[in-house]
Amino acid sequence: MRLSFRDKAISGLLTVVPANERKFVDEMANFNFSQARSLKLKQVMGYDRHRIVAGPVCASDLAVAGIEHLLAGGHLVRDDIDALIVVTQSPDYLMPATSHVVQGRLGLHADMICLDINQGCAGFIVGLMQGFMLLDQPAVAKVVLVNVDVLSRKVSPRDRNSYPLIGDAASITVLERREDAGVIEAELKMDGTRREALMIPAGGFRRPSDAETAAMIEDAEGNVRSLDHLKMDGSAVFNFVMTEVPELIGGLLARTGTTVDEVDAFLCHQPNRFMLQKLADKLAVPHEKMPSNVVENFGNSSGVTIPLVTTFNLADALLAGSRKVCLAGFGVGLTWGAMLMRLGPLRFCEMIEYREDV
Amino acid sequence: MSTVVEILTQIRPEFDFSQSSDFFEDGMLDSFDLVTLVSELDKAYGISIDGLQIVPENFQNVAAIEAFLSRNGVVP
Repeated sequence: MRLSFRDKAISGLLTVVPANERKFVDEMANFNFSQARSLKLKQVMGYDRHRIVAGPVCASDLAVAGIEHLLAGGHLVRDDIDALIVVTQSPDYLMPATSHVVQGRLGLHADMICLDINQGCAGFIVGLMQGFMLLDQPAVAKVVLVNVDVLSRKVSPRDRNSYPLIGDAASITVLERREDAGVIEAELKMDGTRREALMIPAGGFRRPSDAETAAMIEDAEGNVRSLDHLKMDGSAVFNFVMTEVPELIGGLLARTGTTVDEVDAFLCHQPNRFMLQKLADKLAVPHEKMPSNVVENFGNSSGVTIPLVTTFNLADALLAGSRKVCLAGFGVGLTWGAMLMRLGPLRFCEMIEYREDV
Repeated sequence: MSTVVEILTQIRPEFDFSQSSDFFEDGMLDSFDLVTLVSELDKAYGISIDGLQIVPENFQNVAAIEAFLSRNGVVP
């Protein structure tokens, strides 16, 4: 689906990563694979270290810490927040919505909209879409978009497919109307027939968690997980990304008459280094224009990876000026979406750590 | 330059790759080894194998890999 948004802009970006850092070399012994094979994979996929919560930290904990940081720094004023969108696959509760939990914990006023969206790796694109749509309402002048996941708590530590790359994080993105912002063009697609490529099979109403779903089972490749854990069909996901995403980004560039040279940065979801480099090659995008260093430094934190790749690589540039960027997210659902926009200058573009011992 | 068999042997030294007609069926390579193999072939031959071509059929034995490389303009 083609989408356009006029005179809307991202005015600031903050990312929050847990202070707890784990190293792949320290976790290799958990997997049913030789050290030599794991080390080769480390090199190819970019597994090195990842930030994951150590204790029972919830999505709202990271979100509240981020928003409080912005309130304390004067980047946000409580009563100016007209809408709060929380995009997460790891809500605090099945009900109520995590956005309401965050609103209540922060003591925000009641004359506002709180919305949860269940989206993962494309969640930043979907969240922006929802936020920009809300900004069409005259009463909504400022939207706070929170992307947050603590999915490490739902990944088996003995699953080499997923555990080395999983990361926990939150991002706080402030969206506003801006008269000189021009047009943001976007494409968004979804395919629920492929919903099982990435899923947590148990724990919802379809298959409530019980002793049976908690049983650890070894798959054909030696990964050990239960039905309560995240399961990723790596081959299906890789094939999906290689098939759909080049067409998505290529189509968006063609429709808007934009060349690869005219785009300063392709800020994509960060599944792993190998997949991103293959994606860049397929689009004839130089690797330096498509940063792929989030997994090796922080892990893959679903919908937070686009903000994270931005704050990690482009903070100074976006505080000082603007860049033409192509954002692309793709994953669970399946969902894939891209946006072309001029980003910056931002009022804030920063990364902070969440400390569990404070 | 390393041969295809040498590259395979570096990934899984415990197997004799010249004797198998299907590495995946014989349990010599899994999907993660395939990713490692593609990365090593890219580096060894200075190419970037198209993501959509990364399927077991193209890499199931030495002859298949050599034929695949030839189709991509590489003489292994």
